[in-house]
Amino acid sequence: MSQLHTVNKSPLERNALESAITHAVKGNALLMIEDGVYGAMQGTHKSAMVSEAMSDISFYVMGPDLKARGIDETRIIEGIKIVDYSGFVALVAEHDTTQSWL
Amino acid sequence: MKFSVMISEGPYTHQASDTAYNFTKAALEDGHECFRIFFYHDGVNNGTRLASPPQDDRDIVNRWSALAKEYKLDLVLCVAAAQRRGIADADEAKRNGKNADNIAPGFRISGLGQLIEAGIQSDRLITFGD
Amino acid sequence: MPETKKFLYVNRKAPYGTIYALEALEVVLIGAAFEQDVSLAFLDDGVYQITKGQDTKDVGMKNFSPTYKALGDYDVNKIYVEQESLDARGLTLDDLLPLTWEDEDDDWAKKDSIKVISAAEMAKIMEQSDVVFSF
Repeated sequence: MSQLHTVNKSPLERNALESAITHAVKGNALLMIEDGVYGAMQGTHKSAMVSEAMSDISFYVMGPDLKARGIDETRIIEGIKIVDYSGFVALVAEHDTTQSWL
Repeated sequence: MKFSVMISEGPYTHQASDTAYNFTKAALEDGHECFRIFFYHDGVNNGTRLASPPQDDRDIVNRWSALAKEYKLDLVLCVAAAQRRGIADADEAKRNGKNADNIAPGFRISGLGQLIEAGIQSDRLITFGD
Repeated sequence: MPETKKFLYVNRKAPYGTIYALEALEVVLIGAAFEQDVSLAFLDDGVYQITKGQDTKDVGMKNFSPTYKALGDYDVNKIYVEQESLDARGLTLDDLLPLTWEDEDDDWAKKDSIKVISAAEMAKIMEQSDVVFSF
């Protein structure tokens, strides 16, 4: 079984990203959407948490949500892949279940 | 692959309905099947035809109705959640002694069993909320 | 109908401040009639949903906490509560409602429905589910 975790909250406001990372097992994927995309930025107090989790979890971030918020791709933590809605659909299809960390 | 979607927030306040729409549209365009879109919690507010957003903004309700028409989607508003929040079709309005209904085209009102059934029948269930 | 699926209801929000806990419980109760393999997970602020002593009289809202006690009668008896979430909130098992079920294969012996598990065990339960309802 493999699971996709989606996170739509800024990690600086809520613990959804932290909780998702804690509950993702090796080989799972995590997609940041909506306000969750702030979790993909370099240089925040939460960036290290994401970088450290990258050895076990594949991280993705929604490109359209980054653009909407004026976040340039160069400011994204290295190793996080940027996807569009079709890529989101593909991630859901590739994993057995999707858990939304609301 | 057969998808179902649960939407837990109303339009405009949260991005949930927008993301759900963009996701569903992409899934359909990529050739996937959508078994059901289930609106729960404040998500039932996506199904009122009385919404009148400004001209320069997207019309979230009409957008769902149009997508439903194009792809024959099953848009279901949870009856218990809808009753609490004042979303009614003609039957519901009559049953509850209300003098008007407000359900938008392409939506229908039904029970929570429809969500459970979506979980059983679909290959994937994804929730969009707050 | 296809074979039984493993349903997991994930509860991460406190009651009363928002409606998610109450409406999640309503899904669980309706879902119980569909005879799937149901588990409930309580973690993060979700553990506050099943604490003892809730009294909503003065806020004028419905106290739905007694309804959790009925879950056993609906054959919903796999209730997982995360230890780390309890610890972070200064709670122990004693602070939670005594949720039980009667085992018909064991002369209707009354058994505890709540299992307190670690975050790592919770992660496994999540990953092994077929359908996840996120609230």
